[in-house]
Amino acid sequence: MAAGVAAWLPFARAAAIGWMPVANCPMPLAPADKNKRQDELIVLNVSGRRFQTWRTTLERYPDTLLGSTEKEFFFNEDTKEYFFDRDPEVFRCVLNFYRTGKLHYPRYECISAYDDELAFYGILPEIIGDCCYEEYKDRKRENAERLMDDNDSENNQESMPSLSFRQTMWRAFENPHTSTLALVFYYVTGFFIAVSVITNVVETVPCGTVPGSKELPCGERYSVAFFCLDTACVMIFTVEYLLRLFAAPSRYRFIRSVMSIIDVVAIMPYYIGLVMTNNEDVSGAFVTLRVFRVFRIFKFSRHSQGLRILGYTLKSCASELGFLLFSLTMAIIIFATVMFYAEKGSSASKFTSIPASFWYTIVTMTTLGYGDMVPKTIAGKIFGSICSLSGVLVIALPVPVIVSNFSRIYHQNQRADKRRAQKKARLARIRVAKTGSSNAYLHSKRNGLLNEALELMGTPEEEHMGKTASLIESQHHHLLHCLEKTTGLSYLVDDPLLSVRTSTIKNHEFIDEQMFEQNCMESSMQNYPSTRSPSLSSHPGLTTTCCSRRSKKTTHLPNSNLPATRLRSMQELSTIHIQGSEQPSLTTSRSSLNLKADDGLRPNCKTSQITTAIISIPTPPALTPEGESRPPPASPGPNTNIPSIASNVVKVSAL
Amino acid sequence: MLRDSVEDELEMATVRHRPEALELLEAQSKFTKKELQILYRGFKNECPSGVVNEETFKEIYSQFFPQGDSTTYAHFLFNAFDTDHNGAVSFEDFIKGLSILLRGTVQEKLNWAFNLYDINKDGYITKEEMLDIMKAIYDMMGKCTYPVLKEDAPRQHVETFFQKMDKNKDGVVTIDEFIESCQKDENIMRSMQLFENVI
Repeated sequence: MAAGVAAWLPFARAAAIGWMPVANCPMPLAPADKNKRQDELIVLNVSGRRFQTWRTTLERYPDTLLGSTEKEFFFNEDTKEYFFDRDPEVFRCVLNFYRTGKLHYPRYECISAYDDELAFYGILPEIIGDCCYEEYKDRKRENAERLMDDNDSENNQESMPSLSFRQTMWRAFENPHTSTLALVFYYVTGFFIAVSVITNVVETVPCGTVPGSKELPCGERYSVAFFCLDTACVMIFTVEYLLRLFAAPSRYRFIRSVMSIIDVVAIMPYYIGLVMTNNEDVSGAFVTLRVFRVFRIFKFSRHSQGLRILGYTLKSCASELGFLLFSLTMAIIIFATVMFYAEKGSSASKFTSIPASFWYTIVTMTTLGYGDMVPKTIAGKIFGSICSLSGVLVIALPVPVIVSNFSRIYHQNQRADKRRAQKKARLARIRVAKTGSSNAYLHSKRNGLLNEALELMGTPEEEHMGKTASLIESQHHHLLHCLEKTTGLSYLVDDPLLSVRTSTIKNHEFIDEQMFEQNCMESSMQNYPSTRSPSLSSHPGLTTTCCSRRSKKTTHLPNSNLPATRLRSMQELSTIHIQGSEQPSLTTSRSSLNLKADDGLRPNCKTSQITTAIISIPTPPALTPEGESRPPPASPGPNTNIPSIASNVVKVSAL
Repeated sequence: MLRDSVEDELEMATVRHRPEALELLEAQSKFTKKELQILYRGFKNECPSGVVNEETFKEIYSQFFPQGDSTTYAHFLFNAFDTDHNGAVSFEDFIKGLSILLRGTVQEKLNWAFNLYDINKDGYITKEEMLDIMKAIYDMMGKCTYPVLKEDAPRQHVETFFQKMDKNKDGVVTIDEFIESCQKDENIMRSMQLFENVI
């Protein structure tokens, strides 16, 4: 519940009077305002600067330092004020949080100082408002990176005997500056990549003639030398690849990575060549495989950061490039068609088909103009000139746009992902807070009723069971409870078709018995509303029996055996769980009717299956969802659900 | 259309309502000065302009019922508070309503409730009006309830209500029938006193 809205709670409660005439059940009692003191000003002295605020303002967030009794530790008896030896600037933001419900992050503030202050006052940074959250997260990330860099440089200076050999190797591969050996390895591999690429290039240069035959490329003339060079390079690459594979922390992920694929593609042709002998059929295919050796040049990207960034930006601008390609293709097809039909008439025209005209169109549009294909007819020339002009436009215009798109999209992508992740986290937090508050309500409802039950039983049970959070919360819960009573329904947190988990609470044996008996008893009770209407008409003397057995039914209870004493327990329960204000006279006709009808029957309502009953210790609803719940057998999660309150209220009215 | 919304915003921004003097309000309502101060502080915090329009009202009210949909009921409530029907609830309207609800006699409270149910303010509660109100109340519970809300539960509830309240069985409930029936019902009488000490 937002802070400011707490001020409207009296209004909402007053408006609940609108439900009273409509309700069929009596309402629960309102929480008593035990220590009703007038709202008082309290003085907070933070390093000499005095802030004043109402006490209720601070009590809006009872799980922070200022909202709880923790601030009493800072109370100065002599000056009757609360003294904090902290930064007054940040305290201003903190106090504004209590006043407005929004926490802001001032830009001039250092991020770690701010974090420290928030931790001191017990405020989670996640509740920083949307306006300041991005800034906060950015600064925090920069700070974390700085810390990591510091740590790394620290680590580099000292020896790390704790790293295994494998991890050392991996670090050496990834970061060549860690040790001299890594640096040497880095340069050696770089050298061999260069050698291999140059070899591939030089191999094809014509090398002068051997007397008696035509000019040969160097590769064939000095084939042995080239073969040795190639072998050496491939051996180095293979060793490198195997070493990387060995050292990789996750081999599966390493194999799937782009760089390792490039490595494999680079060395494969050699091995395939080794395997394949001079088989004439496949040697043609083998020759084309050698083309893949050029991929060795991509291995340089491990050595160059810039290449990697370029690759990444190309990847992220793929859609823009795709669009450019698409529009170019459209234009090419259009102009090629036009040129083909324009030149169809001329004799010995090179435009033999539309695909043949593609070449002309591309050459013209990119303003290359080789001149191997030229139009001869007048119409052809006209369309040819239109083609070259539009080529300039089609190509020259998008290119700067794409270039600027690169940087814009690059940055924007990063920010959009950030915002999406933040939004998901934000929504999750809101959901959790909401369920937290309704959980808190259900839990306190259970507590409240048990409290009444205990009072009725007269046991001097611990009071802490009845202690809930603040007065505002108890009033809010009372409001929700009244709504439940008005409609005759009750709130559920979980989907009722979830599987049941019964649980026990730690130190309340009294309740354990109750729970179990309740659960056992209710497992065969029929759902009430389905039987309500027909019997209503037939019993004019009875008013509606509302507040039917709202117990959660269980289908299997691992640690309880269904007792045969159902009837006894039901009556016991009815006496226990009657609301304090009702008359204890139940007409048993309704209940016995049910009992007789359903002995052993499965409840036939939609929610016939299960409902959960994990009870966890109440937690403040706003910020921390998890209570100390028992380890649930099935799904975890902050589920608190109250079990039933089987209040049988059968009222006979005079109408 | 854009102009309209801009004008609306300007209008809301320029509408700055200052309430009557504290002494006057104290005389008109049954609250003490201190109580009025507390109420006004909360009011002004949420609505700095001094008036609540229906949207804000619905938002505020829905914060108290996170699981269900309270907009319909909030709409009826808004109409009940906005006695001069000018589309905004000022602090005076607010205090007037609260004064009745929290400090009024049972008669006055029942009168207010009747006014709430009588949507078209013609002095009669018909079954349709009651059905609307009932549906609005049930909507506030939301989907996750136990037992699962049946389709005709509101209608059933309305039938019950009319059986109890409609003395001459003419299909409408007048103010006298309403007050008389409520006074006969102990539960209702008791629950009317429930929120005495809210402030």
